[in-house]
Amino acid sequence: MAQLTLAEVEVTLTKEEIEYARKRLRREPNVLEWAMVDAEWSEHCSYKSSKPYLKLLPTKGKRIILGPGYDSGVVDIGGGYVVTAHIESHNHPSAIDPYGGAATGIGGVVRDILCMGTRPIAFLDSLRFGLIDKSPHSRWLFKHVVRGIADYGNCIGVPTVAGEVEFDESFEKNCLVDVVALGVGRRDDIVLAKASEPGDSVILVGGSTGRDGIHGVTFASRVLTDRSEDDRSAVQIPDPFTKKLIIEATLEATSTDHVHGLKDLGGGGLTCGLSEMADKGKTGIEMDISKVHLREKGLTPTEVMISESQERMVFIVGKIHEREICDIFEKYEVPYRKIGEVIKEKYVIVKEGERELARLPTEFLANAPIIWRKTKKSRRQMGRRKPKLPDDLTSILMRLLSSPNIASKEWVFRQYDHEVGVRTVVKPGQGDAAVLRLPNGKFVAVKADGNSSRCYVDPYIGSASCVAEACRNVVAVGAEPIATLDHCQFGDPNNPEVFWTFVETIKGIADACKRFSLPCIGGKVSFYNEDTETRTAIKPTAVIVVVGLVDEAKHITRSNFVEDDSVIVVGKTKSDLGGSEYYRLLDAFNGTPPSIDLGLEKRTLDAVLNSIRQGFVNSCHDVSKGGLAVALAEMCIDANVGAAVNLKRVQNMKLRDDELLFSESNSRFILSTKREKETLRFFSKRRIPAACVGDVKGDRLEIAMRKSKVSCRLEDMKEAYYKAIERCVE
Amino acid sequence: MKVAVIQFPGSNCDLDTLHALRDVVRVETDLIWHKNFKDSSYDAAILPGGFSYGDHLRAGIIAAYSPAIASIKNMAKQNKPILGICNGFQILVESSLLPGALLRNSCLKFVCKWTRLRVETERSAFTKLYRKGENVRMPIAHNEGRYFIDEDTLSNLCRNDQIVFRFVGENPNGAIDDVAGICNEERNIVGLMPHPERASEKILGSDDGRKMFESMLNWLS
Repeated sequence: MAQLTLAEVEVTLTKEEIEYARKRLRREPNVLEWAMVDAEWSEHCSYKSSKPYLKLLPTKGKRIILGPGYDSGVVDIGGGYVVTAHIESHNHPSAIDPYGGAATGIGGVVRDILCMGTRPIAFLDSLRFGLIDKSPHSRWLFKHVVRGIADYGNCIGVPTVAGEVEFDESFEKNCLVDVVALGVGRRDDIVLAKASEPGDSVILVGGSTGRDGIHGVTFASRVLTDRSEDDRSAVQIPDPFTKKLIIEATLEATSTDHVHGLKDLGGGGLTCGLSEMADKGKTGIEMDISKVHLREKGLTPTEVMISESQERMVFIVGKIHEREICDIFEKYEVPYRKIGEVIKEKYVIVKEGERELARLPTEFLANAPIIWRKTKKSRRQMGRRKPKLPDDLTSILMRLLSSPNIASKEWVFRQYDHEVGVRTVVKPGQGDAAVLRLPNGKFVAVKADGNSSRCYVDPYIGSASCVAEACRNVVAVGAEPIATLDHCQFGDPNNPEVFWTFVETIKGIADACKRFSLPCIGGKVSFYNEDTETRTAIKPTAVIVVVGLVDEAKHITRSNFVEDDSVIVVGKTKSDLGGSEYYRLLDAFNGTPPSIDLGLEKRTLDAVLNSIRQGFVNSCHDVSKGGLAVALAEMCIDANVGAAVNLKRVQNMKLRDDELLFSESNSRFILSTKREKETLRFFSKRRIPAACVGDVKGDRLEIAMRKSKVSCRLEDMKEAYYKAIERCVE
Repeated sequence: MKVAVIQFPGSNCDLDTLHALRDVVRVETDLIWHKNFKDSSYDAAILPGGFSYGDHLRAGIIAAYSPAIASIKNMAKQNKPILGICNGFQILVESSLLPGALLRNSCLKFVCKWTRLRVETERSAFTKLYRKGENVRMPIAHNEGRYFIDEDTLSNLCRNDQIVFRFVGENPNGAIDDVAGICNEERNIVGLMPHPERASEKILGSDDGRKMFESMLNWLS
């Protein structure tokens, strides 16, 4: 290799990092070594800015087998079984190539589940775009992201069972594409991403290595520019068919005892995969670059080491069982090559034949120096005056039902196979969370939630509220929350105000999780979600995934009203319209977000779950975007029946009628029951406000208040709710 | 009595179909890799749904050239029941075991939803236990499920009572004459786009599809 100087190599390392590397190695690294360090120390791979703060999150719990730091979190669900879960984002790739970016996002997260030795059983997607009713660019991103997820997930036979979509102008250039995967397996079959036995073989399995995804991680670790479209080669190419074969081959291989370590190759390619496995196993790895199967001739060693070509896994296999494992790859016609072996010496060594090209200490390579960034409290414009009370609240409710943030996401989930696997019990659109059956006779419930408007006005309260909302959704289907994943997304961390929102967000999540006794089993931080063209960062966005467990089928509860039931509102409605959908509609965005009393939230969650377990509850829905009015409407629409309620019976009489209808106060549910008195007594005993407000009946939703009245025909609400998104994009 | 569920590279409803047969209907069933399939050991075969060979070239066409298809043709000659579900139906059509073609959905999108079907004939290996005219619910999930055939052959199929299922109410993929499933003249081979294995247990939304597997057992006994 010709000796290039550092100035000629494209690295994104800071001056301090370059100095640190030279000092640690006591020599000048060569070009390949610089490229490897650059990839591994990128923000994307190293979490060098966020690591110290992520330690605030609680990660221990009686069910938790593995928490953050592995490819996916592992939760004990009893009977010898585990559930695995992981979240990934593919924001930068999707912003320039929505189809390929979203598809490879799914492809990446499924490998994280697979490399624990567990079978992927479900996906969720949490998507954010600009305003699709106004922007053709956002419509283009939205349509192709959904198609990318559909084509990939459907082909590999993993159902996409739930998710959420938010539209806000701050995501116009930087859409957010977060994908969650769940897996299930036997506790005994768990495999770790570790290379601990010197002498074991290192086998590269799956797709060939090409030039796609070169510099993917460093591309993801800077802001988008008007030249970013030239970076399309940094987006990987999806191949779901090969992935499906890899899934089956991997699960057959891990069901033997001979796979000692397993890791998927994602961000940072071979460099990150090998160095992280060696680091966890306190060993080294020596590999021969000429053994890697290539897609095309002429790749430089640097390209081979940092390529992010998809559908690749690295297996660490005991030498004597190598043949047995490779026979499985041959059955599925999956390409494989032995590329090296685990060594005692704690170095990652890259050779080409006999010639040594790179030699870096494992621990040095795998652990980037922490960057302590400045923070500065960010000031938002607050306290604009309350808008005037509109005359016609019925038409406001109809407009809310057809606003893309609230309207049914049926257009999206129709394109996803959400049934494959014959596990999906509560399907998209039927309840607040998806519910899937498990091999031990129990059920897992899962939901992802985010709310950028709230996080924008107050990142601490906003992110804590997201944890609360995701818990409410899981409780509403009758499940006990047992674990959470978090995904925090921001602009450029070099901006102290942006970094402050990150720190506040983590504190909010940590405090909520601690109060709810909810361990965090994994997560992700994504920075640099801004672009030079609009010069704006995205609104800070925390996406929270909560995993819950239902012990018995009879506890599973859906959100559709049951005819002739009484309607009960649980929780207190306050004047909480800051960051609400109602204010967005009136273009009165600012204000303080709904406060959250974490203790009250926890007691409410426990009480509602108990009332479901006692058999009082026929339907249950959390109250969030659009407030009580939208929640009532959704329960009517899902059930195809009307309701007549009087909100004067909800406690706080000082509220204006629009506040009563659309306030987004935390800690609230709507339930329906045939056992009204018992249910009310149950909640009053636990000091949780609850009131019976009316009955499920007829073919209209009628809401009476102090001064005004809302009355909508069921058919009109269905039309508004189901057709809105389709009308925007078709 | 022993049933084979044939696994092609890219099949993804193979385990679901195995579950419906083994755990719900309780019949001895093997999951067989397509290259290892020997027809003499089995009384019936099911080609499951999925994306065999990634739907490359055209859905079902590459699998139609698998050695397993020769064995399937052998079984067909012996009047053994053969069922193709979704991608399995596409494979049966591509290997000319059933007439017609399955085209891209008329909405040009993948569609996953529950559909209502009418059982058009009880005279097939997989519908013996239904009543003719009965309405059943089963989900679909496909991109290329629009059944198509020329008018003459269609009227032949109708005359021979070879239309097994039709969509009722909404036609979700634009199939000609609302066709959701058909059988061959000998009535032992059935192909359909909806997924009976996903509608075999009440907890999943319906157990209307289970009778297809039970009909198969009844036909064999």
